[in-house]
Amino acid sequence: MADYYNDEDLTRFAEMGRARPDLMEKFFGYYLATLEEGALTKREKALIGLAVAHAIQCPYCIDSFSQSCLETGSNLEQMTEAIHVASGVRGGATLIHGLQALHAVDKVSM
Amino acid sequence: MTVSVTPLPMFDAALNACGAFPLRAAGIDTLQVNVGKKCNQACGHCHVDAGPHRTEEMTRETAETVIDILRRHPQIGTLDITGGAPELNPSFRFLVMEARALGRRVIDRCNLTVLSVPGQETLTDFLAENGVEVTASLPYYLADRTDAQRGQGVFGQSLDGLHQLNDLGYGKPDSGLLLNLVYNPTGAFLPPPQADIENEYRRELAKRHGIVFNHLYTITNMPIARFRHFLERTGNYERYTQKLAAAFNPAAAESVMCRSLISVSYDGLLYDCDFNQMLEMPLESGRPRRIQDFDYEQLSARRITSGDHCLGCTAGSGSSCGGATT
Repeated sequence: MADYYNDEDLTRFAEMGRARPDLMEKFFGYYLATLEEGALTKREKALIGLAVAHAIQCPYCIDSFSQSCLETGSNLEQMTEAIHVASGVRGGATLIHGLQALHAVDKVSM
Repeated sequence: MTVSVTPLPMFDAALNACGAFPLRAAGIDTLQVNVGKKCNQACGHCHVDAGPHRTEEMTRETAETVIDILRRHPQIGTLDITGGAPELNPSFRFLVMEARALGRRVIDRCNLTVLSVPGQETLTDFLAENGVEVTASLPYYLADRTDAQRGQGVFGQSLDGLHQLNDLGYGKPDSGLLLNLVYNPTGAFLPPPQADIENEYRRELAKRHGIVFNHLYTITNMPIARFRHFLERTGNYERYTQKLAAAFNPAAAESVMCRSLISVSYDGLLYDCDFNQMLEMPLESGRPRRIQDFDYEQLSARRITSGDHCLGCTAGSGSSCGGATT
């Protein structure tokens, strides 16, 4: 295997149902339902997906949700703001865990 | 590593699967006339390969035949003039005035920048005086994406054109002067929902530039000509065509524009649409192929000549010169 990530694999996602198609079918039913228009618009959901894709650093998800964002009407400025929200949450999560370090230090300190 | 490639489903196979094959015309309510390939711009997605260097243009004699067809067929209510930049054709104003005198709706597919070309100083007044419906290209409400597709500085010049039109009443309520904008994706992706992006254009163009318009049409880029070259150059061709095929919408297939339109080339040949014209895909065998041989009944019953590029008109919400079709 020359590359761990291959963009053509994005179109082969359904092949993950080869061994247990029943589970994949259940997953796709749920997955597609989450992206349908509801209390949030498809456009808002695509931006959330883009932000999460960056937070979990999934290149397939980044590719897919970047296109979804464009096709639901977002532009690069709006997409970049969504990515910054993901970055901010990740950064904040790192820093808030700094309190764990403070507690650990306090616990063993005189 | 072996790469698995999904074969592109053929347009006809997709039609067949939904019982819509073969596609047939259902009358002719629009004569769409491509008066030539000369344009003051050379946009990166242009299916005509139009530009300043092109010299093909409709003659006055052919334009007179177009008017004669309108005169003889009152059921053809619309003359849709495209190019190139159609306003640069010496017979453009003749076509407009004659068709309007016959009471026809006339659409000018305008690139907006032509309104500021030296020698066209009277163009906006002419369009307004003749009640021409202006359908104008503006692929996005921001400069970067518009200029990336249409050329550096085009967005600013397009705003100038829109201000000229607004000043004459175009796009304003009760003026009777219709100004429609055209969104088309600035890359290898499908358009967003038409109503959503129309609302966003309306809000942003008003807020940023004080510009108003009537309708926004979303048009899918066809994977032919200059846009195909872009897709191939950037490694996007296969993925884009697969995207179009995967998004095939049977309802959009029912309402494709070629079922109610006939396309006329600068040299007087007839086609199912402007895309087929550029691909030189002739009408069904046995039907009149020259404008001199125009026969309404014969042409209204024709079978549409299709190719895989037709998937561009049937993807998602559908696409036509009048925007989404579903």
